[in-house]
Amino acid sequence: MPTLEEKYADLITAAKAGGASNLAVRTQDNVLYIDGVVPTGEAKDKLWSIYDKIDPDYRSGDLVLNLNVSPAAPSTRLKVTTESSNLNIRKGPGTDQPIVGKAAHNSEVTLLSKYNDEWALVRSAKGEEGYCSLKYLTPL
Amino acid sequence: MMLMTRTRAFGVAVALGLALAACGRKDADIKADAEKALSGMQGVTVDVANGAAVISGQFADSAAKSTGEAAVKGVKGVKSVVDNATVTPPPAPVVISPDDSLKTNVTAALKDFPTLTADVKDGVVTLTGEVQRNALPKVMQALSALHPKKIVNKATVKK
Repeated sequence: MPTLEEKYADLITAAKAGGASNLAVRTQDNVLYIDGVVPTGEAKDKLWSIYDKIDPDYRSGDLVLNLNVSPAAPSTRLKVTTESSNLNIRKGPGTDQPIVGKAAHNSEVTLLSKYNDEWALVRSAKGEEGYCSLKYLTPL
Repeated sequence: MMLMTRTRAFGVAVALGLALAACGRKDADIKADAEKALSGMQGVTVDVANGAAVISGQFADSAAKSTGEAAVKGVKGVKSVVDNATVTPPPAPVVISPDDSLKTNVTAALKDFPTLTADVKDGVVTLTGEVQRNALPKVMQALSALHPKKIVNKATVKK
């Protein structure tokens, strides 16, 4: 009978290869617990889709996966450098995602964490949190 | 007569010298064998000086430490073994949230997913209701962060 660590071997390998740190993998009472920190939101999503591939719709209930995205250094500030318009703050990292706020042209936002090279989770001067395109954000 | 004695003496000396060389193995050879004995054990190394073996690094667990020490002791030429290696500390036990706080946190987490209901008992979160497939990972991530014992997904997953 394969162990849970064997069942989720691909996930554990991918986590290590993707730069996960503080990785703790333990089995207790027939449930596997994986905790760790990953560098970007995208890395986290990739690992969750591997989990879904191994256990579609997570029906087995034999894994509790807890991955945190490493936050940006505190007070990493970026400036909105659109040509003249305000920058959309979206619910998720994609132009198909609903807009939840706007960061004014030339205003500053705080970088919370990187999703990937194109998108980041930010907090605007007004306190709105969501994803903005890094194309229009310049480090101060 | 004298010539023969000198030659014999020389012959005995050579023979003795060869015998001594065979008895004392070279440290490099002993080290190579000791490393072979420890092959498959990552994180540990062995050094040999005058037949004295010193193991360093970290063994995966105490069983590996015992096996490793015995393996090195058994290597031909090893006169003594000093094991300076440590043992990897056991992982921290898994923390499971108590039901009271878990119930409160699960309710808060599912606020954004009104079509889902959760039952919490003895750390087990059982999900029922409906959820969109593209929202399911977010739901699971939010619940996993609350340190449940187990998440049982009985919800209907809609495309």
